Amino acid sequence: MAEPIAALRGATVDLAGRGALGPLDLIVARGEIVALVGASGAGKSTTLRLLAGLQSPSAGTVTRAVGPGRTGFVFQSPTLTPWADAQANVALPLELAGRPRAEARERAAAALSAVGLGDRLDARPSELSGGMAMRVALARALVTGPELLLLDEPFAALDSVTRRRLIEDLHALWAAADPRPAVVFVTHDVEEAVYLAQRIVVLEAATGRPVADLPTPCAPPRPARWRADPAYRQAVETTAEALEAAMTSQTAETAA
Amino acid sequence: MRRSAELIPPLLLGVVLLAAWEGACRLLDLPPYFLPPPSAVAAALIEAGPRLAASAWITFVMAVQALIVAGLVGGGLALMVSLHASAERAVRPLAVALQVTPVVAVAPLVLIWAGLDHADRAVVALAALVAFFPLFSGVLTGLKSADPDLERLFDLYGATPLQRLWRLRLPSALPFALEGLRVAAGLAVIGAVVAEFVSGSGATQGLAWRLLEAGNRLRTAEMLAGVLCLTLLGLALNAAVGLVERIVTVRIRVRR
Repeated sequence: MAEPIAALRGATVDLAGRGALGPLDLIVARGEIVALVGASGAGKSTTLRLLAGLQSPSAGTVTRAVGPGRTGFVFQSPTLTPWADAQANVALPLELAGRPRAEARERAAAALSAVGLGDRLDARPSELSGGMAMRVALARALVTGPELLLLDEPFAALDSVTRRRLIEDLHALWAAADPRPAVVFVTHDVEEAVYLAQRIVVLEAATGRPVADLPTPCAPPRPARWRADPAYRQAVETTAEALEAAMTSQTAETAA
Repeated sequence: MRRSAELIPPLLLGVVLLAAWEGACRLLDLPPYFLPPPSAVAAALIEAGPRLAASAWITFVMAVQALIVAGLVGGGLALMVSLHASAERAVRPLAVALQVTPVVAVAPLVLIWAGLDHADRAVVALAALVAFFPLFSGVLTGLKSADPDLERLFDLYGATPLQRLWRLRLPSALPFALEGLRVAAGLAVIGAVVAEFVSGSGATQGLAWRLLEAGNRLRTAEMLAGVLCLTLLGLALNAAVGLVERIVTVRIRVRR
């Protein structure tokens, strides 16, 4: 296996007054998509922050082979700055990296076009729907050409139609990128996980430790209209069962 | 149409109260030095109008000067303190102590320090003293109010402290600073009046002096006219701050 883009090896994190998470072991290969699922409070967000280099483990190691500014992060809410328009929001990472304003704005416009908001460059966040704001956040994460893209339940708050379209668009954007970024995303939704990810990592409720690593069928990029394919439905069922088994055995383990 | 309809109940109540006051004065045959009827207050307002207007202007200018001083000192201090958690822990108790110390008690001291022949400076200093806390507190709270996920985003892209301040914390602080300004504006007028009362003897010619002067001559109607002017002054200052708030908020379109 080639050098991973990011790896957690025996990483533990002390949670202030709530015990500790870990040890966490997770190796993310370049260009792959990994879904993280687990109960609330299983440390999914902490795992993402470790992978992003935003937080240091209290023990163990985090290795990242990501260039500076080449990590994209999409949070649970769009977290746009309300005083700036869509284009300025997307240009922010480039401007923080010291790119010239004109170049940053141009690349931001291109990134917004790629997520289907090429006609809303000067819209303020308050003028955008939840789905559109999330697209802006996605464009902001993609504008630097990230090697590692981290998504913390970005679609959880959206209605199902908007959510389906965003997932399909995200998959298309990932497939079209060259080189493709590695994507780690947190989700509760099996269909979403099966549609996007090559493997699904189940995290243990109390410690956040990965307890199962389930592959999904059909190597990505997934064909168009894959959702209509019986193979997809089959994969969702199989994965849901495996997920349930993994979570049940984990509950049994915890009880024992 | 609806706005004017909303104005009817308070206007009606005002008219009823004034009529009751006028009626009571006439029926009970109250001496005018004890409680003059509204008609006498109105007459005093017209008779002393030019003097009161000139004094109101003096008080207004002193209050605005105090707001500027308090804004610069309070805002600047909040900015410095926000850079270090330990600095905030050091300064906050002092700021609170300053806030709870009655301004009336400090006024004679400030008058001595400002120089007895510079009563106008003492008035500005005291008004600034009471206006300081809401501005300091508002700016400090605002600087720390930025969305933690946005702070993480700035970490992720390696923002410099200056970039973080200019592009994230200052814009986030603005609504809080404006709220502080609104409170401070009301307090500044109170501070100015108290300082003038204490300095006495016409060293300054603001509205409080007019009140004292009229009081000494038992011209109760003119005193009430002066109080009315102070109320109007406070309302005008409040409206001015509200206007600034609206302009700024619309310009940056902060959703509140």
